[in-house]
Amino acid sequence: MNPFSSGTRLRDMIRSIRACKTAAEERAVVRKECAAIRAAINENDQDYRHRNLAKLMFIHMLGYPTHFGQMECLKSIASAGFPEKRIGYLGLMLLLDERQEVLMLVTNSLKQDLNHTNQYIVGLALCALGNICSAEMARDLAPEVERLLQFRDPNIRKKAALCSIRIIKKVPDLAENFINPAAALLKEKHHGVLITGIQLVTDLCKVSTEALEFFRKPKCLDGLVKTLRDVVNSPYAPEYDIAGITDPFLHIRLLKLLRVLGQGDADASDCMNDILAQVATKTESNKNAGNAILYECVETIMSIEDNGGLRVLAINILGRFLSNRDNNIRYVALNMLMKAITVDAQAVQRHRATILECVKDLDASIRKRALELVCLLVNESNVKPLTKELIDYLEISDQEFKGDLTAKICSMVEKFSPDKIWYIDQMLKVLSEAGNFVKDEVWHALIVVISNASDLHGYTVRALYRAVQTSIEQESLVRVAIWCIGEYGDMLVNNGGVLNIEDPITVTESDAVDVVEIAIKHHSSDITTKAMAMVALLKLSSRFPSCSERIRDIIVQNKGSLVLELQQRSIEFNSIVEKHQNIRSTLVERMPVLDEATFSGRRAGSLPATVSTSSGTSLNLPNGVAKPAAAPLVDLLDLSSDDAPVPSSSGNDFLQDLLGVDISPASVQPGTSQAPKAGTDVLLDLLSIGSPPVQNNSTPSDILSSSQDNKSSVAKLDGLSPTPSGGAASMIDLLDGFVPNSPKPEDNGPAYPSIVAFESSSLRLTFNFSKPPGNPQTTLIQATFTNLSPNVYTDFVFQAAVPKFLQLHLDPASGNTLPASGNGSITQTLRVTNSQHGKKPLVMRTRIAYKLNNRDVLEEGQINNFPRDL
Amino acid sequence: MVIRELSGVILTRGPKLCNFVEWRGYKVVYKRYASLYFCMCIDQEDNELEILEIIHHYVEILDRYFGSVCELDLIFNFHKAYYILDEILIAGELQESSKKTVARLIAAQDSLVETAKEQASSISNIIAQATK
Repeated sequence: MNPFSSGTRLRDMIRSIRACKTAAEERAVVRKECAAIRAAINENDQDYRHRNLAKLMFIHMLGYPTHFGQMECLKSIASAGFPEKRIGYLGLMLLLDERQEVLMLVTNSLKQDLNHTNQYIVGLALCALGNICSAEMARDLAPEVERLLQFRDPNIRKKAALCSIRIIKKVPDLAENFINPAAALLKEKHHGVLITGIQLVTDLCKVSTEALEFFRKPKCLDGLVKTLRDVVNSPYAPEYDIAGITDPFLHIRLLKLLRVLGQGDADASDCMNDILAQVATKTESNKNAGNAILYECVETIMSIEDNGGLRVLAINILGRFLSNRDNNIRYVALNMLMKAITVDAQAVQRHRATILECVKDLDASIRKRALELVCLLVNESNVKPLTKELIDYLEISDQEFKGDLTAKICSMVEKFSPDKIWYIDQMLKVLSEAGNFVKDEVWHALIVVISNASDLHGYTVRALYRAVQTSIEQESLVRVAIWCIGEYGDMLVNNGGVLNIEDPITVTESDAVDVVEIAIKHHSSDITTKAMAMVALLKLSSRFPSCSERIRDIIVQNKGSLVLELQQRSIEFNSIVEKHQNIRSTLVERMPVLDEATFSGRRAGSLPATVSTSSGTSLNLPNGVAKPAAAPLVDLLDLSSDDAPVPSSSGNDFLQDLLGVDISPASVQPGTSQAPKAGTDVLLDLLSIGSPPVQNNSTPSDILSSSQDNKSSVAKLDGLSPTPSGGAASMIDLLDGFVPNSPKPEDNGPAYPSIVAFESSSLRLTFNFSKPPGNPQTTLIQATFTNLSPNVYTDFVFQAAVPKFLQLHLDPASGNTLPASGNGSITQTLRVTNSQHGKKPLVMRTRIAYKLNNRDVLEEGQINNFPRDL
Repeated sequence: MVIRELSGVILTRGPKLCNFVEWRGYKVVYKRYASLYFCMCIDQEDNELEILEIIHHYVEILDRYFGSVCELDLIFNFHKAYYILDEILIAGELQESSKKTVARLIAAQDSLVETAKEQASSISNIIAQATK
């Protein structure tokens, strides 16, 4: 034991600190020592400086503040003796970091030491510089370090090389200076210098493209390949041997450099093919060192330009890794396979079974990696067995993993399910098992699919009924179940739509109501669930008239609920059940099918704005559902089939409206004319009676879905009345006195009459029609815009969208400034071709944008009153 | 805080699990020797298996230097452990792959320290004698 640098006092201090039994004791000892050190610093004690520094470092490692010792380091470095410098530099590296300004003061000492005659002192300086220098220091001292790259002593050369790495990372501009000295280092024989030189070159190439070009030249590259070959073939060298391989570190560094050089460059990649093959095949893989080399080799093969044979070799190695018993190796293999998928998915598929096993591994890191990899491997052909395995595993997996696993299963199932019934089955299993981990949009999507699969309604509702019996605590499952029971309760009880794979089951009306009642009363049901349950009860009261009384009782229990939502529903539904039996059944009729295309488009976050041509982007819904394959906008316009009103344009609220309140959402496009009371409109939608009303301009915020709040996410019935306090009373008024709002009768003159396509208080748009001769399908429309307000409109832009069976072409407008009060107009010609001429009339959705007093205004509307035979 | 967080993560891992953890976007490679854990934090692109080798390299050199190194050696001679580390890694990169070379360098520097100490004690002796 060298008594010099660790004087008894240091050892004593350490011993006394370790003897402390409590944190308070330790703090006391440390405080005493710090006081002593501070006193010594003040007295400028030379003799014990190194000891004090050592103590300071120990105290620092324990976590106590030691900034008062920073100047001591500097003084120590500045002193002449080697031991002081040694401990001074160590203190510098431990107690300071590059952000401290004190560091700048060291620059001068460093400079002197870099030029010292004693090479160990030079070494100390290089080490400190390499570990901790800041950008300014790097700039100042770079020339010194450069010079030292060619020093006679290899020890110094290697330190200088690593120091240079830090310098070029801090100051990339200096990289060019180091290229030539670095190249010289590559020819060294001394392993230490060679390794550090290679690292310097690797980092140079990452930082500077000039360097990359330089080192890619065949002369250099061949040299590197030769070096690698030499070390691979070298005989036993005891100094560098690790596990039977000569200097695996050198192997790995060389492979890394080859990777950087070969990436993106086919010629360079060709040079290295042979040696890579040799390394891949010859390296022994029973020890970690060998595996490390193989790993690096595989990484390199995957990154450089394509060579089929090598890639196959690489993936085979990974396959072997995967079945290795060593966890580390498997982890590393999974990592690499994820990168390999982009290169050669087929090969990776072969190992699917092994990867699946890894998902169930005991090791959390391996499980995570394997799960990610499995998700990348899923495609249409293997989705069924994979999902089955994952769901089986879901039951036994532990809690932290379940969330991840659930999310991944759901996304897999959604993307790749081949048919609806399988999708529904899988989702039910996931919900029963881990419903609480399932995100909202997932079960929303499930409901959309269910509603679209009309032949599966009976099957689904029965399956849900069974599932809920066992898994009542899975919230999402309960929600889906009560929605379905509400909707399709009659099929549940009457065994409607039985498929031959089903087991028979008898469910009475009262059983069905039981389920919903349990859901309401269950302690873990939150507000959304309870609210949904209320709606379901309302539906059931209509479908099962015999249970009406009982249902009323249940609903009434929430009359005094502290939650406004529940209270409101309770009162309103109660009143419907009691007093309004005549309209009740129409009120809760089967919901119209939720449009999947729209839903997914909405979900993707963007409803495409109206476009001036009719080419929509097709949505890819590989959900085993017959895809409309058209932009959501187009479906919205497909009015000929059904008078379903256009859904509202705000995100998730769309579905929440549908699920919470049993009405089709009213379209809320602002900007059309003649508006009857908002309440009446919405109620018409509610009753699905009458044609789609023209909407109200003044409440652009969605009538139905004003709140974005997810908790009371389900849209409220109170949204029906324009004022929130309206509540039950106004609804009753509306119910008593509504009048269907029929659209204006069209003017079916023999010629094609002009129409007022759009009119608001501020703007009028008229269309004049003509047909070019010889082409009955095409119509020329002359659009005239008139400004009805007293302000001028600037930057006037008209856009239109049409459904798929129409083709629209817009000519440029005559201008884009619309003078006020009808003192002028803008005209624009449109050409529409109707492929369903004679069968379907024209429809168009418009969007008009202009600037009013430098404020942007947007008016949107829909034109339904085209003459029928255009 | 870093140490506390990492200790929490690593110490809770079982013995058979793999030696890599993901932490704050980096990878941490750790190796256990009796009651001592050596951890190295690396980037996503680095080779984990090689880091295991580097850790082992360091430990073997420590072993040779201290002669069957144990935890107490490292505690009471932490500064020496650092000196040795400085001969193996600079700026996080490997400096020397030969254990013999490292040992030689450390020995040379230690002897420098010895000579300096002898000089100092002899000078102070002389002065002490002179000023008596």
